[in-house]
Amino acid sequence: MQTSKFLAEASLGAWLDELAAKAELIVPKRDGNAVVFGPYDPDVPVELSQEATAPPKSIVFPPCEELMHFTQGKDPEDPTKPLLQLEETMPSGRKVVFGARPCGARGFTIFDPVFGSGEIRDPYYEARRADTAFITLACAESGAACFCHWVGSGPADATGSDVLLIPVEGGYVAEAITEKGAELVASSLLTEADANADAVEAFRKKVTEALEPAPALDAAPESLLAIFDDMDFWGAISSKCISCGACTYLCPTCYCFNFTDESRGMEGKRLRTWDNCMSFQFTQEASGHNPRPTKGHRLKNRVGHKFSYYPGLHEGAFACCGCGRCIKSCPAGVDIREIVLAAMAHAKSAGKEQAHD
Amino acid sequence: MTKMPNPYLPDMATIIETVQETHNIKTFRVRIDNPERMAAFSFQPGQVGQLSAFGTGEATFVINSPPTRMDYLQFSVMRAGEVTSRLHTLSAGDKVGVRAPLGNHFPYESMKGKNVVFVGGGIGMAPLRTLMLYMLDNRKDYGKITLLYGAKSPDDMAFSAELPEWLSRDDLDATLTIDREVPGWEHNVGLIPNVLREIGPDPDNCFAVTCGPPIMIKFTLQALKDLGFADDQIITTLEKRMKCGVGLCGRCNIGSKYVCVDGPVFSYAELKDLPNEL
Repeated sequence: MQTSKFLAEASLGAWLDELAAKAELIVPKRDGNAVVFGPYDPDVPVELSQEATAPPKSIVFPPCEELMHFTQGKDPEDPTKPLLQLEETMPSGRKVVFGARPCGARGFTIFDPVFGSGEIRDPYYEARRADTAFITLACAESGAACFCHWVGSGPADATGSDVLLIPVEGGYVAEAITEKGAELVASSLLTEADANADAVEAFRKKVTEALEPAPALDAAPESLLAIFDDMDFWGAISSKCISCGACTYLCPTCYCFNFTDESRGMEGKRLRTWDNCMSFQFTQEASGHNPRPTKGHRLKNRVGHKFSYYPGLHEGAFACCGCGRCIKSCPAGVDIREIVLAAMAHAKSAGKEQAHD
Repeated sequence: MTKMPNPYLPDMATIIETVQETHNIKTFRVRIDNPERMAAFSFQPGQVGQLSAFGTGEATFVINSPPTRMDYLQFSVMRAGEVTSRLHTLSAGDKVGVRAPLGNHFPYESMKGKNVVFVGGGIGMAPLRTLMLYMLDNRKDYGKITLLYGAKSPDDMAFSAELPEWLSRDDLDATLTIDREVPGWEHNVGLIPNVLREIGPDPDNCFAVTCGPPIMIKFTLQALKDLGFADDQIITTLEKRMKCGVGLCGRCNIGSKYVCVDGPVFSYAELKDLPNEL
């Protein structure tokens, strides 16, 4: 399934209006120094000059959502008998996300096997995922913290997108990747793209050639397990971390969550919220025991999950799309690239030492 | 299209009876309100459930009644945090939510024909109770059954209503112990691992099943090793902070294993293969 159409820069606004008429349209907009996704407003410019500060994760997996609603009461026939009604709250409504970058869209393909396959499925995630389409903009330039090509992606990766926009002279080539995408580009505002085939090819070549060579991470899953017990390593490498969790909230592939009940009078709801594995409370048990008592233990689990445990469970895929948001937004300068490389190097040298013993 | 089950949506259930076991342990016997759901409910010994106190939250407890006795599902709750404190305020007739069964179970099939030694400490007796009663209800399938149950003091001993029966049964060799001497206590005094060494169960053709506080487990494992039990003859069930109970929320993992779905039951041999993060 691949249809390519040309969208002239001058027709972009009209196309967005058209999309907004069919579904809730969500676009990146400037908010001070940040770029954040929000509802499309024809009077507010769409910010495409830089990648969004936060990925579009929240559109399919909201930071806080109601899962169910409950009403407590008493049986009118027998007031000693408590009653409780429980109703699930299912999301609905078509959404189109315009202007995410490949890393942001690809994040959902990391969630899909967790939430949407197997015997246990998350119906809230699945409903939003099915109702959301992504029109993604390929990256003409990579930032200093970008490392998507380390983890099998790239600046023009269409994985997770329904339409991929390739910037060309005077506009964009819109490649429909899925059936959802084909419906979106079936507009009279988009025209034949044949004349742009060379420009698309040239774009792909240019952005790929501009990348620094990527280190091989094949040894990462084994290495992280090999140095699991080396808490001197993890203590040292996590010393800068302040356990704030900015990395987890801004990560397109972090999905750990919590449940919380809220009630007022007889009415209440159960909420699901993003959780933060960098916090001490995340694994704190009722007895007081905590299996991850230090930030070294917690950072080890976060990096281990992305580069060892998840790949072990899901056909070798890293649970990281290399967007670099955790690096750019870390107030303490923790760099996940350095940790993975250091872990591999440390496991290698520890292995050699063992061989000599 | 059939509607997919919502793994987070509890069954509404009613507490039919409670037992105040100790100053901080309360047992709840619950029935799922929907009669068809209750009649169709099945589980295996060692599986757990999430109990909801609506407005406060959910927490995980083992179903400590055996699958051979389906009049109700029994959960014994030690008061420790917000949810357990709220649960302790509930009594017969009150509503709770139940999401169960969750997790794996004791290998009761492969234990058939074997002798079994149960070593339980404190609230750790709860998961052993379901398996022990299941075995007593299928008595001919199992060999000699030994129970060592210890608590800090007589007042901390749960299931006290059942203890006389356990002690008097001919087909169960039960020993009770408390940490320090108390006037009027007629049973053993001494720490569980020490009493276990005195009982000295023969590891031949035998499984040991143990659950209790981490420090007790540590020394009990040592005692079992010293008695000659191999790693795959020792079964335990783990405590972890859990939320979803279905392997999605990401907090109960040990490496790539999720205690809520791959556990909570593990053999000591399996535990040794996991990253060291208990």
